[in-house]
Amino acid sequence: MSLTIEKTPTTGDEVIENYTINFGPQHPAAHGVLRLVMELDGEIIDRIDPHVGLLHRGTEKLIEHKTYLQALPYFDRLDYCSPLAMEHSYVLAIEKLLDLEVPERAQYLRVLFAELTRICNHMLNLGSHVMDVGAMTPNLWMFELREDCLNFFERASGARMHAAWFRPGGVHQDVPLKLLTDIGDWIDSRLPELFDDAISLVADNRIFKQRNVDIATVSKEDAVKWGFSGPMIRGAGIPWDIRKSQPYDVYDRMDFEIPVGTKGDCYDRFMVRVEEVRQSARIIKQCISEMPEGPICSDDRKISPPKRAEMKQSMEALIHHFKLYTEGFHVPEGSVYVATESPKGEFGVYLVSDGSNKPYRCKIRPTAFSHLQAMDMMCKGHMLADTTAIIGAIDVVFGECDR
Amino acid sequence: MSVQHAAPAMTHPKGVKAAIKKALGKKLLRLDEAHGEIAVHVATDKLNEAMVALRDKCEYQQLMEIAGVDWPDRDPRFEVVYCLLSMTKNHRIRVHVATNEDIPVPTVTDIWPVAGWLEREVFDMYGVLFDGNIDLRRILTDYGFAGHPQRKDFPLTGYTELRYSEEEKRVKYEPVELAQDFRSFDFMSPWEGADYILPGDERAPADKGGKK
Repeated sequence: MSLTIEKTPTTGDEVIENYTINFGPQHPAAHGVLRLVMELDGEIIDRIDPHVGLLHRGTEKLIEHKTYLQALPYFDRLDYCSPLAMEHSYVLAIEKLLDLEVPERAQYLRVLFAELTRICNHMLNLGSHVMDVGAMTPNLWMFELREDCLNFFERASGARMHAAWFRPGGVHQDVPLKLLTDIGDWIDSRLPELFDDAISLVADNRIFKQRNVDIATVSKEDAVKWGFSGPMIRGAGIPWDIRKSQPYDVYDRMDFEIPVGTKGDCYDRFMVRVEEVRQSARIIKQCISEMPEGPICSDDRKISPPKRAEMKQSMEALIHHFKLYTEGFHVPEGSVYVATESPKGEFGVYLVSDGSNKPYRCKIRPTAFSHLQAMDMMCKGHMLADTTAIIGAIDVVFGECDR
Repeated sequence: MSVQHAAPAMTHPKGVKAAIKKALGKKLLRLDEAHGEIAVHVATDKLNEAMVALRDKCEYQQLMEIAGVDWPDRDPRFEVVYCLLSMTKNHRIRVHVATNEDIPVPTVTDIWPVAGWLEREVFDMYGVLFDGNIDLRRILTDYGFAGHPQRKDFPLTGYTELRYSEEEKRVKYEPVELAQDFRSFDFMSPWEGADYILPGDERAPADKGGKK
C-alpha cells in the first residue's frame, strides 16, 4: 500500500502500522519447533498465532498399527524430557481395560521413578526458564542434577532417556540392589545442596523477579476455562493435583503437599515447580523406606512375559514368551480415559480397544496443547521479550504437543 | 466387583447418573457405564445445550480433551468424544456424539475457549466440521496438506514424501515410493484372525464345515 508523507511532516501525520514477525520455528527460546506469528505494535504484542505441528510424527496413527507392547516406546518419545511419566498413563490405561492387578513393589517402583522423572523434568525446565531470561549458572548446575537422574534411569532400565521400563502389569525388571540406596543418598546430600544453591541465585534475584513477576497473570477462572493443568493451574492458585485427588499406584500412601501460587504469574509457576521438586524428593524417600520385597510384574502369563531363566527350563514359558512378543495380548473391548499428573500437567490417554491385539484408537492428551493455545490470551499487552519468559513458564516440549 | 488395577481412583458421587439424566433430559440418548467410567451419548444437534447443562448444573467445569474416533462400519461414521472433568466433585465423564463428514458438530468454543484447538485437531485428523468455530484451520499437519490422516482408510505411509533437493536447493514433495511394500502382520492365531485362503481351502468351503 502506498504511504504519502508530507514534505515537512508534523507529529501525528505519519501512519504507523502494526507489523508482523515470525518467532521461530528455529529459535533457542522456543523450546523446540514453535512458530509464533506475532503482530506487534512497537514492542507491545497485539496478537499471537502459534503454529504447531512442525514435529508431528503421526504417533497416534502408528500406535494403531502396533501391538499394545510395541506401542509403548512411542510414549517415551512424546515428552522426551519426562519419558517415564508418559508411559505411566499408557500402562495404567491398559491395566484399567484389563483390570489387571499390579504387585505392590512394582507400584512403588513406578511411583519412585515417576517422581524421579518429575525432578529430572523440572531441572531442565527451571534451568532453561532461568536461561531464557538471562541467567546462565543455575542452568549448568541443574543440568548436573539432571545428568544424575538420567544415570539412575540407565541403571534401572539400560537406557538414559527412552526407558520403556513401565510395562502393563508392572515394570520390566527389578532395580539393582545398590540403586535404591544410591538414590536415597543423592536425595539426602547432592540434590538439596546443588538445587538450593542454584535456586538461591534466582529466587530473590532482582533481575529475575523483574522479568517474571506480574508477567502473564492468569486468573483462576481463565485457568479453568482454558483447560490448564499441572503447575500452570496450581500457579493460578487452584490446588488441583491428580496424584492427590485421583491417586494411582501407591500415591494414596504418600505424604506430600501441593504448592500453589497466589498471583498466577510466571514467577508463581516457577516457584510452584521449585517446591514440587522438594515434594518429589519427599515422596522418593518414602518410597525407598516403605518399598516391600516381592515380584515386580504381574504373574498373569497371558499378559506379562516370563523371565529368561524360566524360559530355559519350561516349555510353557517359552510358548508364552513367543506368543507375547509376536501376537501380543488381547485387550477386551471398551474405552477408557486415564489421566495422570505428568510433570507438565494432566497427561491423558483415551484408549479404545476392539478386543484385538492392537489399540483401535489411542488419543493422547498433551499438556502443552491447551497451554500454548492460551499464549495469545497471556501475551496480549506484554513486551516482545516477555514471550520467552512466558514460554519458559509453560514448560512446553514439542514431542508431546505435536505427537 | 472389586477393582484390581492401579489406575487413577475415582468414585462416582452419589446420584451422579440421576443428576446427569435430569440435567440433560431429552438431549440424552444413552448413558453407559463401563470400566468405572460414565459415557454420555448426546444428540449431535443438541450438544451445545447439553454441555452448558453439564457445566452449570452438574459442575463439570473443565474440558480436558476432544478425541475423534473413526468407525468405518458405522453410520454415521465418526464419533467425537469430549472428556469433562469436575474439580469440585472430583469426577470425570465422557460425552459422545456421532457425526459424519457432512453433519457439522456445533462448536463448544463459546463454552470453553480451549475447545478451539481441540476441534481444529479433530477437523485436521478426521475432517469433522465444527459449526461456529471461527478458526477451523488445520493444525498438526503440514501447510497445504490434503486428506485426513487419522481416518482408517488413510494409509500409514501417507501419499507424499518430502526431501531436500541439493540441485534445486529446496524441499521437494514427491509421491511415496517404498523399496518394499508396507507389510502389516496381524500375528493373530489362525482360528480367529486369518482372513486369507490357504492352498487347499477351496476343497473344504465354509458351508461344508471347513474354514470360513
